[in-house]
Amino acid sequence: MIRLFDKANYDFIKWRRWAFSLTGAIMLVGLGFLLTRGINYSIEFTGGTLVQVELQKQVPIAELRTALDQVGLHGADIQTFGSDTSFVIRARLGAEGDQGEAGTQAVAAAVGRALDQAVGPGQYTIERREAVGPKVGRELQGKALLAILFSFVVTLIYLAVRFEWRFGLAAVVATAHDVVATIAFISVMHLEVSLVVVGAVLTVVGYSLNDTIIIFDRVRENLRKYRRQNLYEILNLSINETLPRSVLTHGTTIATTLSLLVLAGEVIRPFAWVMSFGIFTGTFSSIYIAAPVLLWIEKRWPGEDARGARTFGSRAPAPQFAPATPTASPSPRTPQPTR
Amino acid sequence: MGKIRQRLYVIVGLIVVSILALIPRNKIERVVDAKTGALKDTTVRRVPINYGLDLRGGIHLALEVDQSKGPVPDCADAIQRAERVIRTRMNEFGTKEPVVQIQGRCRLIVELAGEKDPARARGVIQRTAFLEFRITDMKGLFKDALPQIDAALRKAGVKSRSNAAPSAVAQLFGGDTTKAARDSAAEANAPGVLSSLLFQGQLAGEYLVQDEQWLLVDSLIARPEVTAAIPRGIELRWGAQSESRNARPYRALYAVESRPIITGEELVKAQARRDQLTNQSIVAFQLSRRGARKFADETARHINDYMAIILDGRVQGQPPIIRSQIGANGQIELGTKPLQEASDLALVLRAGALPAPLTIVDERTISASLGADSIHDGVLAGVVGILLVVVIMIGYYRLSGALAVAALTLYCLFTLAGLALFGFTLTLPGLAGFVLSIGIAVDANVLIFERIREELVHGKSLRLAVEDGFLHAMNAIVDSNVSTILTALILYAVGTGPVQGFAITLIVGIIASMISAIFVVKTLFLIWLQRRPDMVTLSI
Repeated sequence: MIRLFDKANYDFIKWRRWAFSLTGAIMLVGLGFLLTRGINYSIEFTGGTLVQVELQKQVPIAELRTALDQVGLHGADIQTFGSDTSFVIRARLGAEGDQGEAGTQAVAAAVGRALDQAVGPGQYTIERREAVGPKVGRELQGKALLAILFSFVVTLIYLAVRFEWRFGLAAVVATAHDVVATIAFISVMHLEVSLVVVGAVLTVVGYSLNDTIIIFDRVRENLRKYRRQNLYEILNLSINETLPRSVLTHGTTIATTLSLLVLAGEVIRPFAWVMSFGIFTGTFSSIYIAAPVLLWIEKRWPGEDARGARTFGSRAPAPQFAPATPTASPSPRTPQPTR
Repeated sequence: MGKIRQRLYVIVGLIVVSILALIPRNKIERVVDAKTGALKDTTVRRVPINYGLDLRGGIHLALEVDQSKGPVPDCADAIQRAERVIRTRMNEFGTKEPVVQIQGRCRLIVELAGEKDPARARGVIQRTAFLEFRITDMKGLFKDALPQIDAALRKAGVKSRSNAAPSAVAQLFGGDTTKAARDSAAEANAPGVLSSLLFQGQLAGEYLVQDEQWLLVDSLIARPEVTAAIPRGIELRWGAQSESRNARPYRALYAVESRPIITGEELVKAQARRDQLTNQSIVAFQLSRRGARKFADETARHINDYMAIILDGRVQGQPPIIRSQIGANGQIELGTKPLQEASDLALVLRAGALPAPLTIVDERTISASLGADSIHDGVLAGVVGILLVVVIMIGYYRLSGALAVAALTLYCLFTLAGLALFGFTLTLPGLAGFVLSIGIAVDANVLIFERIREELVHGKSLRLAVEDGFLHAMNAIVDSNVSTILTALILYAVGTGPVQGFAITLIVGIIASMISAIFVVKTLFLIWLQRRPDMVTLSI
C-alpha cells in the first residue's frame, strides 16, 4: 500500500506571508504585462478576419507579409501555427473599424489574393477562415462578461447557502485570487483570449472552488471534533488530512490537462495552458490563500461563541447538544502543529 | 444478497442502454454525385454522435437582414421567411444535414458540415434571386423627361462634368475623386448633367454609359431630385455586367416599366443546360398555370416590345424582343458563364426569393482535414490522459484502484452514450472537456478511498469503514460537483457552439462520473466484500 503524505504534519499556515509575497509578485508581473502589452483578444471579440493556411512548400513570413501589404492589408498579424508551413493570418478590426460587416469578408478575399500572389494558386489550402463582424464581436464580448459576472453571482449564492459567511468570504477571496492570477498568466504568456479560454477560466474558478470547499468541509468537521485546538491548528490539520486527496486528484487532473497541452493540437493549446495553470493556482489558493484569509477573518471578527472558532459553519445544531454522529469518532492521531 | 442483485440490474441496464445508444446505425445522407452533379441519397453507417463543425469541417454562417441600404421594418418576419427559403435551397444544395435555424430574433444561422466550397455556398445563400420580367420603356418616356431631369440637377447645384470643380465631385461620391477628376477633362461642353453621360442604345429604353462613369451615373440617378423627375411608371435598372460596344466597355442602363408583367413567384421549375448550338449556358424555366395565363396575356399585348429579365434588380443580358405570345415555358440566357453558375441560378430560382438581402455577420469555415486532425489529436490526448489516470489509480490504490478504473471505463461509455442519446454535439473544446473530466471523474473515488483509509486507521472494521467511507465522502463530492455544474450551465447559456459543446460534455461527464464513481464502485465493493467474507485487509 502506497501512502503519500500519510500522517503528514506540515505547518502550511506558517508560510502564509511568503505565499502572499510570491503570489503578489506574480500578479505584479502580470499586471505589468497587462498594462504594457494588453490582452491578446481573439478576433471573436475584436471582430476581424482570421485565415489559417497550410502551404505546400515553405515560404518565409516576410514574403507573405509583402504580399499582404501589396493587396492593402497593412498591419495584418502573421504567425506560424504548429509547423513551418502552417500560418495564421489575423486582421483585427479596430484601427480600420469602420469597414463594417462587409469589410471582414473583403479582407478574407484579399488574403486569398495575397496568397495567390505569394505562393501561387493551388499551392495552399485554407484550413480555417473566420470573419467576425463588429456586431457579433461586441455581442460575444458582452456574453463573456455576462458569463463571468453570472458565475461569480452564482458562486456567491452557492457559498452563502452552503457555508457560514466567514468561510464564504475566504473562499471568494481565494477564487478572486485565482482569476487575477490566471489573467496575469494569460497576459505573461500572451495567450489568445477566445470564448473557449474564457470557458477555461470559469472552469478554473469551479475547480478551485471545489478544492477550497473540500478543505473547508474538513475544517468544519474538525472544528466540531477537536474542541481544544485553535483555528490555526485545525486549519493545518485539515490541510494535512486532505493532502493525499489533493495530491491524487490534482495529479490525475494535471495528467489529463498536460496530455491535452502536449498532444491535442494547436487550436486547443491556449485552453490547455489556462487549465494547467489553473490547477496549480487553484491548489495553491485553497491552501495558502483561503485558509490564512479565514484565519485573518476570524481574528478580525471572532465567532460569537465564547470559544470563538467553535461556532464556525455549524449548520447542524451546536455540537455539544448534538447526538453522537458517526463523524465524532475520537482520533488516535492527535494533531500536534509545530508552531 | 438481494441488494447487490438490484444494483447489478441497474448497472447492466445502464450499460445495455448505453451500448444501444452507441451502436453504429444506418443513416441516409444526401450528397452530390461527383460525376453527374445531381443529388443522390447514400446510406452510411456510423456511430450516432453529432460532431461539431470544428471536428468534421464545414461552414458556419450567421446572417442578418442587410439594413445598410435602408431599414427593414420587421426583421423578424423577414428572417423567418428567409429561413424557409434558405432551408429549401440548402436541401437541394447537396450538403449533409444542413442546419438552418433562427437565433434570437433577427439572425439566421446556417451550418453546412463537410462543405468544401465556401464561396459557392455563400453565393447561393446570399443571393436574393428576385426574378421579374418587365417591358422596357417603349414610348421613350424617360428620354422625353431627360431635359427636366437635367434642369432639376442644375437647380440642385450639380454642375455638368465639364465645369465641375473637383471638390463638388468629391462631395458627390465621397472618395472616388481621382477617377472623376481624370474623366472630367475629356467631357467637354455637355448640354446636360445626366443626358451628356448617356448614349442611346440599340433598342427602346436602352442607354449606354461608359464603364468608368457608371458609378457617377448611379449616384446621380439615386438623387431625390432625379427620382422625382423620372416619369411615373418608369424605373431605371442597370445591366448585370459591362459589355463591349465598339471595343469600349459600356454598361447598359434600362428604363423599364415599374410594373413587372410577372415575377419569380410564379416560377415552378428551373433547370440549367448548355445550348448545343450557341454553347451558351441557359436556365430554362416553367411557370405555374396561373403564371402562364398571365404571361401569355401580357406577352400577347406586348408583341414586338422588348422584355427585360431582371434578377436581383439587374437586367440579365440584352432584353429580348417578344416575337409571339409566350406560354408556360421560357429561358434565361447567361452567355458564356459556366454551367455551374447556371445550375446555381436555377437552384436559387426554384427555391424562391429571399424577402430581403442578407449580410454575413459571422463566418467560420474549417476544412475537413483540420477537423480530422483535431479528432485525431483530441482522441490521442484522451487516450494518453486515461492511461496516465489508470496508472496513477492502480499504482496508488491497487485493487480498489482497479475497481475505480473499471468504473472509469463505464464512465466513458456513459458520457458518450449521454451525448448520443440526447443528441448533443461534440466539439473540439467538448473533446477537451471530456479529457479534463476524466481527471476530475476520479476525484470522487479518491475522496471515497481516502475516507475509507482514514476510517480504517481509526480502527473501524472493514465493512463499516467502507460503508462510512462512502457516506462521509458524499458531502464533499456533492459540493464539489455542484459548483462545477453551475459554472458549466452558465457557460452553456451564454456560449456559442464550441463553448456550448464544452459545457455539455462537462455536465454530462459529471453526471456520468457521479453514477460510475459512487454507484458502480460501491456495488463492486459490496460484491468484493461479499465474496471474501474472511478478508481482513483491504487492498486500498
